[in-house]
Amino acid sequence: MSEKEKKPSLLEQLGESQVWKSIFRSGVPKSRRQRMYAVLGNVFLHLHPARLPRHAVKIGYTWCMGGLSFFLFVVLTITGILLMFYYRPTVEYAYTDIIDLTEQVPLGIMREIHRWGAHAMILTVWLHMLRVFMTGSYKPPREFNWGVGVLLMTLTMFMSFTGYLLPWDQLAIWAVTVGTNMARAHPFIGHEGPGASLLAIGDINLVHAGSDIRFALLGGRFVGEATLLRFYVLHCIAVPFIAMIFMAVHFWRIRKDGGISGPL
Amino acid sequence: MAKPDKFIPNASIGADGDQTAMDRKGFLNWLTIGWLSFSAATGGFFVVMIRFLFPNVLFEPPQSFKIGYPEEFVPGNVDIRYKKKYNIWVVRNEEGIYALSTVCTHLGCTPNWLMAEQKFKCPCHGSGFRFSGINFEGPAPRPLERFMIYLAGDGQIVVDKTKSFKFEKGEWERAESFLKV
Repeated sequence: MSEKEKKPSLLEQLGESQVWKSIFRSGVPKSRRQRMYAVLGNVFLHLHPARLPRHAVKIGYTWCMGGLSFFLFVVLTITGILLMFYYRPTVEYAYTDIIDLTEQVPLGIMREIHRWGAHAMILTVWLHMLRVFMTGSYKPPREFNWGVGVLLMTLTMFMSFTGYLLPWDQLAIWAVTVGTNMARAHPFIGHEGPGASLLAIGDINLVHAGSDIRFALLGGRFVGEATLLRFYVLHCIAVPFIAMIFMAVHFWRIRKDGGISGPL
Repeated sequence: MAKPDKFIPNASIGADGDQTAMDRKGFLNWLTIGWLSFSAATGGFFVVMIRFLFPNVLFEPPQSFKIGYPEEFVPGNVDIRYKKKYNIWVVRNEEGIYALSTVCTHLGCTPNWLMAEQKFKCPCHGSGFRFSGINFEGPAPRPLERFMIYLAGDGQIVVDKTKSFKFEKGEWERAESFLKV
């Protein structure tokens, strides 16, 4: 071929360099086989199937809601980490730090991206669930992944709920007061729930306002300093950590359960 | 070709003369013991982790406190001095004094005492409670709760919020839900 005599371009030289080859083992994929190796050999791409069925990109069928949910999760993680550089989860500073984030900090829009991204993620997660339900994609062999998805939706709601308290304004405090009051009524482990009064030794109640599930959630009897810190840790570390583990399972199982579902 | 009586895998060559070597059964026993103790330790640690979430010391207002002498409370009046600090209203009627919880029985907001209308009105969803604490309007499903109230040795009134009395359970009849003056 005449191309062989041509001097290799800078881009081609880069592709042949040791640095490039050490990072991308497969080289520039030119055949189907090479493309598959490129996907399998990349930690970020390998969660994806090496090859997609044609219907997988039919937006009208999938709405891309699962992908958008994950995209928003990544956006929220990045903006959330940035917000953590300025926000202090104490009664003294929390409220003013949020004002500071919107009014003084460069790119005050960062907090708004986090806030609107969170609203959007709730929407996309619910719409994803609706799509999966309407297309019957929860049916065997995907029933386990439906369960994982329901768990992920619950975790998303919990991330939203714990983040709600962090601005520490009246809306936040009372919303969380009302929301956590539901935990009082939890059977056996909520002190006003059914069965709680059965857990007693003589006259001493084992489950009371100072020992029930709400107490553990709030770190006290009321929404206060301890609650703010607890919700902060849950919001920034604990729940996203658990959610990421289940997301890995969720994405993995899409492939293992026969790939993305398609129109019949 | 006849099979050898004992098949010696390659990996075990050179170990046959060692009498102290653990046999298969012994190894499995130790493995079982090892895993069981590891599981027990891990399980124990998870229990400790749950206990860790329940603090021993709370940085909250005390649940049992003195609110002054009975003479300080005027009959027919709702005392709102302790609302912010202790979340109680101290109410005195013709017969005595009782401590009402400021937590709305609908969803837990804090109602306000409206002097002119002689009612507790919740700003969240409009629940209304009468002077006695009994609900009469809005979504609240039951009356406000009363807290344990009694006289201390020095003649001051003590309110203990760890014990509450519910009207719908007939608990307002109990002696400590009401301080006769």
